[in-house]
Amino acid sequence: MAKFQISRRKFLTAGSLGLSGIALSGCDAFDSGLGIGGGLRGFLENANGLTYRAQRLLAGRDALAPEFTEADIRQPQRPNGVTAPDDDTYKGLLANNFADWRLEVTGLVEKPLSLTREQLQNMPSRTQITRHDCVEGWSCIAKWTGTPLSLVLDQAMVKPQARYVMFHCLDTIEQSLSGNIKYYGTIDLIDARHPQTILAYGLNGKPLPVENGAPLRVRVERQLGYKMPKYIYKIELVDSFANVGGGRGGYWEDNGYDWYGGI
Amino acid sequence: MDAVANNQSAREAGGKDTTLIYRQSRWTRLTHWLWAFSLFFMLLSGLQIFNARPQLYLGKQSGFEFNNTILQIGAENTANGPRGFTAILGHRFDTTGVLGWSGPPGQETQRAFPAWATIPSYYDLGTARVVHFFFAWILTTTLLIWLVAGLINGHIRRDLAPRLSDLRKLPRDIVDHAKLKFHHTREYNTLQKMAYGGVLFVALPLMIVTGLAMSPSMDSVLPWLNEILGGRQTARTIHFAIMVLLVLFFVIHILMILAAGPINELRSIITGWYRTDPPTKHEQSTERSA
Repeated sequence: MAKFQISRRKFLTAGSLGLSGIALSGCDAFDSGLGIGGGLRGFLENANGLTYRAQRLLAGRDALAPEFTEADIRQPQRPNGVTAPDDDTYKGLLANNFADWRLEVTGLVEKPLSLTREQLQNMPSRTQITRHDCVEGWSCIAKWTGTPLSLVLDQAMVKPQARYVMFHCLDTIEQSLSGNIKYYGTIDLIDARHPQTILAYGLNGKPLPVENGAPLRVRVERQLGYKMPKYIYKIELVDSFANVGGGRGGYWEDNGYDWYGGI
Repeated sequence: MDAVANNQSAREAGGKDTTLIYRQSRWTRLTHWLWAFSLFFMLLSGLQIFNARPQLYLGKQSGFEFNNTILQIGAENTANGPRGFTAILGHRFDTTGVLGWSGPPGQETQRAFPAWATIPSYYDLGTARVVHFFFAWILTTTLLIWLVAGLINGHIRRDLAPRLSDLRKLPRDIVDHAKLKFHHTREYNTLQKMAYGGVLFVALPLMIVTGLAMSPSMDSVLPWLNEILGGRQTARTIHFAIMVLLVLFFVIHILMILAAGPINELRSIITGWYRTDPPTKHEQSTERSA
């Protein structure tokens, strides 16, 4: 499918580029070579693959992110991205407290699942006080409670050819000419099965608030915040990014962020 | 004997020009330019990354409901229109036009560092990170290559390792620099050793360490790193502070090169060959007696 999208972001980028008449021409040349899909950028992006391999080598499968104490929880978890989904589907689910909400587990699995909130919450849970690091640079410490994603994957029996877990979300992150884009993202199976990777439904001892992703958001503690989608309703096991949005593995990835967000 | 005659006799003695010496090995020259190149891109992409969150904090996390901000660059509406400001430890400065609020006349926008100081020039955090981490690998690899080469070829021991005599020469060296009186010798003077050693053994390693401390994945490998540094947000603040010191180093470095003779200095870092001062009478006589 040929994609023609002019996102708000790209429009603003192009607009500001056109306006910035005083920038040096050399800088402009460098700027333009850095566009997504550009040769220069493709070359520079190899560094992310190197970082991914180096950090996987050092951290292995199970090295744990630092955990903190109750005394370190000094403020509510700062929300970011969409904080109040305006989507009718979401608002409908919220209206009856997510009683009709289901978590679908589909794709490359032997046994597709459809779980209610109660079913998820009746599974063994994990609670952890961790530091959320946003790609923008800020950090915030909070206590998260949820179901280890590995338990859900075990129940669905992941097929051997699956390589990534894709999260489908209920919130519209961008309105473009070709329609609304709802948030989506992927992580590899190493992070998906990491002991601290949980499908969180609780925050600081209370049910997860809407602004932080109710009814369910993922915690991937060894990566940055954009790798932890909120408002999840479907988990799909895939073998490539071919059918994931623009093909780079996530919403922000399609807008220029590196797929691996461990740095 | 005057300097010219001195020079001549030196030439005659060795059968060639002995004031032109091979000062910088190919390793020193190669790594120097790799650093210059990568630090340029790291600085400009780093300022772009900073623009995404133009505040610095102390501690493990950023204070939203409490105040641990020690630096902030922002913009605010005033009676005179929007103004850019920089607040450091509670002291506020109007920095309109450069920090906080900048752009072509009539098209100013809110941005911490101005377009001319960032890569890309427009706001793009994702691209800046791609550039930053690419050159982080180049910079770190270069530092490792330099360290190994410098230990093997003796550059570090011979040229950079401080000696007791350096301490003795320090007051004199400061006076000479203040008077812009430069001695062109094979050896680095005390202030040079301090500046180059400080950058290579303190600033750049600390830059790499604080950079790694900000990586959530590295924190799972080295959880003690942030504890030593005082928390991830302190690590980020140190990362920024070292950037300021490196920029300061760069400015002084360029000024010293201009003052000491840019052609000679540039030649030595490009070709390795450096024109030293002719030996003085005293030095010659000691050489002879030796």
